[in-house]
Amino acid sequence: MPLTRRELLKTTAAVAAATAVGMAVPEEMLAAAKKAEAGWRWDKSVCRFCGTGCGLMVATKNDKIVAVKGDPAAPVNMGLNCIKGYFNAKIIYGADRLTEPLMRVNDKGEFDKKGKFKPISWQKAFDEMAKQFKKHYNKLGPTGVAIFGSGQYTIMEGYAAAKLMKGGFRSNNIDPNARLCMASAVAAFMETFGIDEPAGNYDDMHFSDTIVLWGANMAEMHPVLWSKITNRKLADAKRVKVVNLTTFTNRCSNLADLEIIIKPNTDLAIQNYILREIVYNRPQAIDWDFVNQNCIFTTGFVDIGYGLRPKIDHPKYKKEELDTASREAFKIITKQEAVAMGALGYKEGDRMEMKHTGTAGNHWAISFEDFKKGLEPYTLDFVAALAKGDSEEPLEEFRKKLLALVDLYTENGRKVVSFWTMGFNQHVRGTWVNEQIYAIHLMLGKQSQPGNGAFSLTGQPSACGTAREVGTFAHRLPSDMVVGNPKHRAITEKIWKLPEATLNPVVGSHFMKIMRDLEDGTVRWAWVQVNNPWQNATNANHWIAAARDMDNFIVVSDAYPSISAKVADLILPAAMIFEKWGAYGNAERRTQHWRQQVTPIGKSMSDTWQTVEFSKRFTLAEVWKEWKIDDKNTLANVLDKARAMGYKETDTLFDVLFANKEAKAFKWPDPVGTGFFNSEAAGDKRNVEGFKGYGFFLQKYLWEEYRQFGLGHGHDLADFDTYHRVRGLRWPVVDGKETLWRFNSEYDPYAIKENRGKFAFYGAAFKEIPKGDLSGPKGEEKVKLPNKAKIFLRHYIDPPENPSAEYPFWLCTGRVLEHWHTGTMTMRVPELYRAVPEALCFMNKQDARKNSFKDGELVWVESRRGKVKARVETRGRNLPPQGLIFIPFFDEHVFINKVTLDATCPISKEPDFKKCAVKIYRA
Amino acid sequence: MIVINRFRGIRFLALRRLSQITIILLFAAGNLLGWHFLRGNLSTSRIFGVVTLSDPYAILQVLASGVLISGEALFGGLIVFLFFGLIAGRSFCSWVCPVNIVADFADWLRKAAGPGESEKNPVMGRDVRYWVIAVSLAVSFFTGVAAFEWVSPISMMHRGLIFGFGMGWTMVLAVFLFDLTVLRHGFCGHVCPLGAFYSIITRFSLVRVSHSSDKCTHCMRCRQICPEQQVLTMVGTTSGPVTSGECTNCGRCIDVCNDDAMKFGVRMRTAKT
Amino acid sequence: MSIDDKEPRMPERRKFFINMAKGLGAATMGGLAWTGFLDGKKVYATILRPPGAVSEKEFIAKCTKCGLCVEACPFKALILAEPGDDRPVGTPYFRMREKPCRMCRDIPCTVSCPTGALLPSLVSDSDELGRPRLNINLAKIGLAVIDRETCIAYWGIQCDACYRACPVIDKAITVEYTKNERTGKHALLAPVVHGGHCTGCGLCEHACVTKKASVFVLPRELAMGESSDRYIRAWEGPDEEKLEGLPEDTETVTPRSEKSPLEYLNKGDL
Repeated sequence: MPLTRRELLKTTAAVAAATAVGMAVPEEMLAAAKKAEAGWRWDKSVCRFCGTGCGLMVATKNDKIVAVKGDPAAPVNMGLNCIKGYFNAKIIYGADRLTEPLMRVNDKGEFDKKGKFKPISWQKAFDEMAKQFKKHYNKLGPTGVAIFGSGQYTIMEGYAAAKLMKGGFRSNNIDPNARLCMASAVAAFMETFGIDEPAGNYDDMHFSDTIVLWGANMAEMHPVLWSKITNRKLADAKRVKVVNLTTFTNRCSNLADLEIIIKPNTDLAIQNYILREIVYNRPQAIDWDFVNQNCIFTTGFVDIGYGLRPKIDHPKYKKEELDTASREAFKIITKQEAVAMGALGYKEGDRMEMKHTGTAGNHWAISFEDFKKGLEPYTLDFVAALAKGDSEEPLEEFRKKLLALVDLYTENGRKVVSFWTMGFNQHVRGTWVNEQIYAIHLMLGKQSQPGNGAFSLTGQPSACGTAREVGTFAHRLPSDMVVGNPKHRAITEKIWKLPEATLNPVVGSHFMKIMRDLEDGTVRWAWVQVNNPWQNATNANHWIAAARDMDNFIVVSDAYPSISAKVADLILPAAMIFEKWGAYGNAERRTQHWRQQVTPIGKSMSDTWQTVEFSKRFTLAEVWKEWKIDDKNTLANVLDKARAMGYKETDTLFDVLFANKEAKAFKWPDPVGTGFFNSEAAGDKRNVEGFKGYGFFLQKYLWEEYRQFGLGHGHDLADFDTYHRVRGLRWPVVDGKETLWRFNSEYDPYAIKENRGKFAFYGAAFKEIPKGDLSGPKGEEKVKLPNKAKIFLRHYIDPPENPSAEYPFWLCTGRVLEHWHTGTMTMRVPELYRAVPEALCFMNKQDARKNSFKDGELVWVESRRGKVKARVETRGRNLPPQGLIFIPFFDEHVFINKVTLDATCPISKEPDFKKCAVKIYRA
Repeated sequence: MIVINRFRGIRFLALRRLSQITIILLFAAGNLLGWHFLRGNLSTSRIFGVVTLSDPYAILQVLASGVLISGEALFGGLIVFLFFGLIAGRSFCSWVCPVNIVADFADWLRKAAGPGESEKNPVMGRDVRYWVIAVSLAVSFFTGVAAFEWVSPISMMHRGLIFGFGMGWTMVLAVFLFDLTVLRHGFCGHVCPLGAFYSIITRFSLVRVSHSSDKCTHCMRCRQICPEQQVLTMVGTTSGPVTSGECTNCGRCIDVCNDDAMKFGVRMRTAKT
Repeated sequence: MSIDDKEPRMPERRKFFINMAKGLGAATMGGLAWTGFLDGKKVYATILRPPGAVSEKEFIAKCTKCGLCVEACPFKALILAEPGDDRPVGTPYFRMREKPCRMCRDIPCTVSCPTGALLPSLVSDSDELGRPRLNINLAKIGLAVIDRETCIAYWGIQCDACYRACPVIDKAITVEYTKNERTGKHALLAPVVHGGHCTGCGLCEHACVTKKASVFVLPRELAMGESSDRYIRAWEGPDEEKLEGLPEDTETVTPRSEKSPLEYLNKGDL
């Protein structure tokens, strides 16, 4: 059958689609498709960028990625992509890819902190890295070293790094950039439900009548999901309502029926107003059956500080910083706080001592009456005056909008989904605002049902899949387990085949704490993986100085020279997404795998390989000896137990953790990889320093071992090969079937198992708490809360830094559609670079006029911590109200994190990138 | 003494070059550094952002094209017209115009290469330039654009120096080669309608080179160096100012005269011949 | 005049006339060539002039190529055409794909023009007191045109880079929402340009991420049609303004109406 070229291409697409959905393909069509594909090969993969998790098809020819297309069979995007996804084929071919290890050396070629970068061999790189590691590790112990991990790790990379760090080095100082992104969501999931990640899935967007955005600019940050919401709005424009709560007008407002511009930090007050309105004025809206059956009322401490350094006069603070820093110890109650916390007895002018910074996450059960009493101050009058963000908007208009919002939430039969991303999470009370949105949904019984629920969106492609599910956090172990729990450690030690008591029970340093530790000299060796912490962490001037001035050793694994690489001592060239086997988990719990498509560029190697190679440098005798962690905790010498398990002291961590008997059972070649590379298992054509491969299927081993953690615990994942047949599955995957709505007995086998009716919030964490009242826990008695979710009462409090006469503007940072995070990849795609070549300072027209700034004019934006130059823009995509500016963080030439404040949510330790005070003047 | 004499010998040449280069640099600084002193170019410019100057010949062409240009530009043209026409003579060509540097260089090379040849039977006469004016105005009228401004090597070189040449250097090179190989003083002395325009309007200007035949030793160095020899007909015979508008007030005759027979002066009365 | 002089003078006079004739001939020839050359060079159909430019025909006559507007541009976006740029030499223009107009509120290029080739009055409205006030949103540098075949937003890709880049966002470019019938679960967010608000600044063309821009600015004469003078949209109030200054001659001619009635009626066969 002769086919034209066009027909051939069509046939190929048809075959791909048919294969994906398991249709039988006519023989003739298959043959035609084979002919068409003679020059290139299509294989499924995942988009490198955001947490949406779009499926991708990648075309390879002559060991190069030549093209991509959206995967028509991928349920998330059905062949579509956004502008970043469109350029996946270009991201790995930037002209300045790092291709060999680089180290700062002196004239003799020895490591020199003050030297210039020069190419070295992998051998020498690992030699120096291990030498420096041992120097600091032996002196400071497991807390003296750290890994900055990532929500862009593949699942196997994150798992390998966590296993080496926690199981090998017995250090919990591994924390991902997801700390900067999702930690507040995690903390609230754990406190509210006892288990992490959203109950719903993207189908909520098709079923809901009401989409409420609370600090989520989905039009730019989750474009493909936004197109789903737009589709829903088009389907029933009258019924479907879209609400955009934000601190400045963004592109979501264009579709929104209701745009509510709020003052930074006041979302918490608005949530409390909604709850008050429900409890006091619309009790009929409360789903008492649901609440009584599934919920309990709780609250926690208010005097928990702001996640700043405990030492408020820390010598590394500049004197300009001291005032803000002091909020960690105390604050003077303002008029609005006195009203908001009226039920706690605070008066204006009182000095609130931050007594519970160390126990910020503690909470206890309260009565509904206490809950109601706590909400009493949040009247419409009070909240509207407090929260109105646009000074030009009449108060009456704003009041109407708040009322309209309550109407939408409480309307009988109206389905509501609340979405949020960084507006909630990057917040000095991030955990609280997350919890309060659940409170609203739980009170109304609008949770965990199709089209009803509070849905936390993720920013990174595997913030869920790797950072959270694998648990590359300082306090976590895989599958929602934590290092502080002896049972969890025991389970982990068993799966990892570690001697009992190997794991360190003391929570490690979180992301910002690692930075502070570097500045204090208590961490002196750090490894950055898939991440750019020196550009993406707040208050960056401190950390740059710490990295360069202190006696420490910073290793950065990256594909491109980033700011972090520039402050490093050793740079390791990393393989990128299509150059390695991998898996990501997206925001709807969907796990998606891909194969290695091409040989990595230059001498770059995957992060998994780097982690595994590094483990070869350590014998058990060096790491499993006795370590003093702090005054109270000592890690026991477990070498005797290790010997009893059949290990030798001279065994390396490589032998024990990665190249063990179980691992070697996963043979390479494997049918799932027929026709594909596996640089780790078999080496590759480059023969990098003679590396011939480990001889076994490392990635499959890591996956299969990892998934043992979740089986039977509500985190079930399918086996490795299954994911190469399907377009991702949403966990828990039980009996080969994915779960659409968790906690709902109609959909979730785990909820069915609890056998208690429609819902079961079966998450296990924090399900035994004290009782108390608004002032605190009372008595020793603890209540057990199996299968219950918590409805929190959280009080409004001002942020640590507010605009003043000297620093009159709020500064908010964030992203743009065209660039990914710190721009290391997208700034190397010519089209994206041209589309948005620099970060602009979005400002209100009136503010610009008052200061006589012209559009395009360079201004200094200065806080108490640092300053950057940026161009003023009063038009375009973002229109802030007076008194607020927005500057995205992708541009290293507009290094906005030199300006931001390193205050965090005291519970989640996630920094607040969304507000600090700045002044602006002409450059 | 020798040094001083030497300098005397190029006094006005040096001053002219200084003037030409300074003007270019001021324009360039206006564009590149944002200086306000002199912006734009020789076609139209602004001094300190206030006083507008225009090339009166360019304005004339615009008017010929049938368009009424702004009063500001007209007034700017009038200022320039009056300045050169009443006072400075055709000094635009030798003190301002950048092509003059190229033409002088070509002339210098020509002399360095061999004996100066006579101007008898040139390939074109010196009156061609007046024809060019007439034609440029006619072409402006028919095409609706200022004709010479679209092909002028002067604008091209000047704009090129300030804004970037592009392919404009070919035009400048063409002028250079024309002067070097085809006709001595070919462009400025025979073709250029702008120079011709200034020749016409400066017939009665005040600043003039004047000759003292009493001091003249008939060495004729002045005539040899002069790019417009026909204006020095009186040398050695009559004392008095140069009366032709074709004199560019370049001062080379004064530079080379060892007898103090030439000097700049001011013609008080309009001479009638 | 003596008789003796006559003989030798005749050839002189003849020579003079012959020279005059030669000169005129040469001048005419040169002038024709010059005219032809300029005619080819002066027009560049797709050239984009600075804000406030008068009509192109008038512009190329009035512009003295002084470059003051180019110097005034704070973003170095305006270019003075050089020989070899294939555009009228010495005149200012934009190359939007490289450097678009940033739409300064004080329009420094327009106000710098000394010759009236750029007129501030064309980019001004009046303030509350009726005084003229610059308004860059009135600029008509050109009109952005979208190639819907190559624009990836029309494919369903979530792009809208042009829309986001537009300084007159939501007026000059809006996104049109339509259901993506293929997936059934997504929407197309497709950019649409509105000529009434588009200034032709070119930021969209600059931002477009396709290989060759799928949205590009063309001179308005080139990019726009023109509706009939004799129909007014009832639903568009301002449309009535068209009535001012309409030509009074309302006669229409087609091949059918060329002949007078009598000529038609009396001549030719049935």
